[in-house]
Amino acid sequence: MRYILFLYAAIAFVVLAAGSIILPDWAMFLFAMALAKGLVCLGIVAMMRGGVVSFGQGLYYCIGAYTATLAANLWGVSDIFALTLFSSVVCLIVGMIFGPMLATYRGIFFAMLTLALSMVLYGTLSKMSVIGGSDGLNIGSPTFLGWAPEGRDLQTALYIYVVAIVVITGTLMRIYFDSEQGLITLATRDNELRVEYLGASVRKVMAYNYTFAAVLGGLGGTIAVVALGHVDPEFAFWTTSGEFVFVAILAGYMSVPAVFVAAIILEVVRSFSNLYFPNTWQLSLGIFLLIVIVTLPNGLGSLLSRRKGGKT
Amino acid sequence: MKKTGIYGALSTIGLMAGLAGSATAQEDTFKIGIITFLSGQAAESFGVPALNGGKLLIDMMNKGDALPAPYNTKGFGGLNIEYVVVDEAGGATKQVQEFRNLVQREEVDAVLGYVSSGDCLAVPPVADELKAFTILYDCGTPRVFEDGKFEYVFRTAAHATMDNISLARYLKSRNFDVPSYAGLNQDYAFGQDSWADFTASMKQIYPDAEIKTALFPKFGAGQYGTEISALLREKPALVHSSNWGGDLQGFLIQATARGLDKRSQLVLSAGDHVIPQLQDKMPDGIFLGARGVNGLAAYARGGELKELTDTMWDAYEAEYGVFPVQAPFRMWQALFGLKTAVEKAMADNGGKKPSDEELVAAMKGLEWDAPSGHIEMALADGHQAIQPNAIGTTKWNADAGKMELVDVEYYAARCVNPPEGVLAADWIAQGFPGAECD
Repeated sequence: MRYILFLYAAIAFVVLAAGSIILPDWAMFLFAMALAKGLVCLGIVAMMRGGVVSFGQGLYYCIGAYTATLAANLWGVSDIFALTLFSSVVCLIVGMIFGPMLATYRGIFFAMLTLALSMVLYGTLSKMSVIGGSDGLNIGSPTFLGWAPEGRDLQTALYIYVVAIVVITGTLMRIYFDSEQGLITLATRDNELRVEYLGASVRKVMAYNYTFAAVLGGLGGTIAVVALGHVDPEFAFWTTSGEFVFVAILAGYMSVPAVFVAAIILEVVRSFSNLYFPNTWQLSLGIFLLIVIVTLPNGLGSLLSRRKGGKT
Repeated sequence: MKKTGIYGALSTIGLMAGLAGSATAQEDTFKIGIITFLSGQAAESFGVPALNGGKLLIDMMNKGDALPAPYNTKGFGGLNIEYVVVDEAGGATKQVQEFRNLVQREEVDAVLGYVSSGDCLAVPPVADELKAFTILYDCGTPRVFEDGKFEYVFRTAAHATMDNISLARYLKSRNFDVPSYAGLNQDYAFGQDSWADFTASMKQIYPDAEIKTALFPKFGAGQYGTEISALLREKPALVHSSNWGGDLQGFLIQATARGLDKRSQLVLSAGDHVIPQLQDKMPDGIFLGARGVNGLAAYARGGELKELTDTMWDAYEAEYGVFPVQAPFRMWQALFGLKTAVEKAMADNGGKKPSDEELVAAMKGLEWDAPSGHIEMALADGHQAIQPNAIGTTKWNADAGKMELVDVEYYAARCVNPPEGVLAADWIAQGFPGAECD
C-alpha cells in the first residue's frame, strides 16, 4: 500500500516539475506562490480533520517569513535550505509552546484564540519601525547550496524547490493522516467523548496537529517570502489567514492534492479577475467562492475521492 | 487518487491559461500598466482621482495638440498610448504577482503605479529582476532608494520628507509662535515617519518648542473623541497631522465640532485632497500642504506653467465635475515625465519604439515641466525626483462657494529636499546643510 503512495508522489513530482518547462514565467511564479500558500492550508486541513479550524494560521506564515528575512538580512544567510530549516524550527518551537495551550479549545474559541495570536503579532510588527513597521522588509534572491541563479533559472529553481517540498510534505502528511494518530483525529471529528473513552488522548492529538500545522505554515511563509522578495505585517493579518481557511474549505479535508489544486485555482481566478474586472474583482472572486460552497459543500476533495469504509 | 488530483489540477489550469490568451507587443503602440487603488480606503482619496486624471491625460495625448508645447505631439512621440488598469488593493504579496503578470503576460512597455509605500518597497527588486521599466508615481517613503539601488525603477515624485520640512518652514516664515505642539497621526509607517520628520524639522527650526503629546490612533479608526479630548486638555499651540482620506475627514469634522481648530493651529501635511468632500466644513485658517505644488496651490501659482496647469485643470473639472487635488497632479507629472523620456529615447535611437534599457537611459537625471512645477530626477543617481512644494492657509470664499488657499508660500525643490547622497533623516538632523532657499 505504501509503495503505491510513493509511486503517486513520484508521479505528482514529475507532473508538477514538468511545469517548469511548460509554464510561462508569470504562471510559474503564480504556481510557486499558490503551492507555498497551499502548504499553510495543508496545516489547516490537518486541524480541520479533527474538527477545529484555525483562523490565525497567518501567525506561522508571518513568523516563517520574518524569520527567514531577518536571518538573511542580519546574518547574510541566503541559502534557501538553511533559511527553510531555520524558520521551520522556529515555527516548530512556537507551535510547541501554543499547541498544548490551545489543544483544549474547540470551535469558535479555538478559532478566536488563534486569530488573536496572529493579530497580536500583526500589531507588534506594525509598530516596530526598526524592522520596517507596516511597510515591511525586503529579502534578497536566494542561493541554492552556493549556486546563485538569475532570471528564468532562479524562477525554475525556486519552483522545483517548492514542488519538492510540497510533494515531500504532502506524502508525509498523507502517511500521518493514515496513521493511528491521524485516524484518531478523524474519529475526534465524529465523537470526541467516545475517543477519550476508548483511551486515546484527544488533547495530545490536537496539540500534534497544531504543531505540524505550525511547521507547515512556517515552510509556506519562508518559500513565499523568498519568492516575493518582500515581507510585511500583512502576512499575519486576519484577511491572509481567512484566505487560507477559504482554500482549506474549498479543498475539503479528505484529500491532500485537493489542497494544492484549490490553492492554485484561487490564485488563478484572482489573478485573472483582477486584470479583467479591475473594479469588481472582489465581487467576481466572491461569486466564485459562493458557487463553490453551494455546489461542493465538502470541498474539491469530495470530487477526487469518496470516503470509503473510513479510509480516505 | 493522487494522480486524478494532479491531472484535474492541470486540466483546470490549462483551461484557464487558455482563456487568458496572450497579449502581443505592437510596434506602433506604447502600453502602460497602471496600478492604483480602485477599492479600499485609498481609492477615493488617491487611487480613483489619479486614475481619472491619468485617463484624461492619456486621451488628450493620444488626440495630439490638446496640450500646450512641448507636449503637443501625438501620444508618446507618435506612438499611440494604451493602458491596462490593476487594483492596488490586496497587499504587497498580490502586487508582486500582478506586477509579474503585467510584465510577462500582458507585456506592457512600462509599469506606472503604487500609492502604498509597502508596495513601492516590494516591487522594485522584482522590476530589476525582470528588467522592466517602472515608475513609482505616488508613494512617500524615502526608503525605496535610500535602502536599495535599482536600475529600472524611477520615482517621479519627491518623497514624503519635504512635506513636513515645508510645514516647519512655513510656520517660521509666517512668524508663527510655537511654544508647544502635538501630533495625531495614523498608526502605520506613513504616519509614524511623517511625525518623525516633523518633530526633527521642528527641532531645527523651533528648538524650544515642547512636544505635548504624540497620538497614534489606529489606521482607519474614524473616531477621534478620545484623542481630541487629550488634545484639548494638553492645549498645544499647534496640532500636526498627516492623516488622509476618511481618517482626515473624520478628524477634521470631529475636531471643529469641539472647537479644537479655535484653540490650536491645525497643520496638515497632505490635507488638500479632502477639500472637495468637506467644502465649507473644512475649517478656515488651517495650514496645509498637498505633497507638492498640487491642486489649489498650483492653480494659485500662475507663472509660466499657467497655461499647462489651466488646460489640465479645466479639462479635469469639465470631465469629472470636481477640481483636481494632489493625486491627479502626481499622475500627470509621471505621465509627462514618461512622455518626455520616451521621446528623448526615440530621438536617440532614430525614432524606433524604445526598449526598457533605452527608457532607463533617457529617464535617468531627466528634467521636465508638469502642472506641479519643474521636476528633476536629481537623487539616487537620477532615479528619484525632487520637486517644489507649497503650503497655504485655507479660506472659504462664501461668495464663490469655493475653498481657496491664501498666503501660499512656494518652496524651491532644493530648499525642502535633501541633496544627492544624503539620507533624508540625516539631512534634517544636521540642520538642512546645503538647502537652497530663495
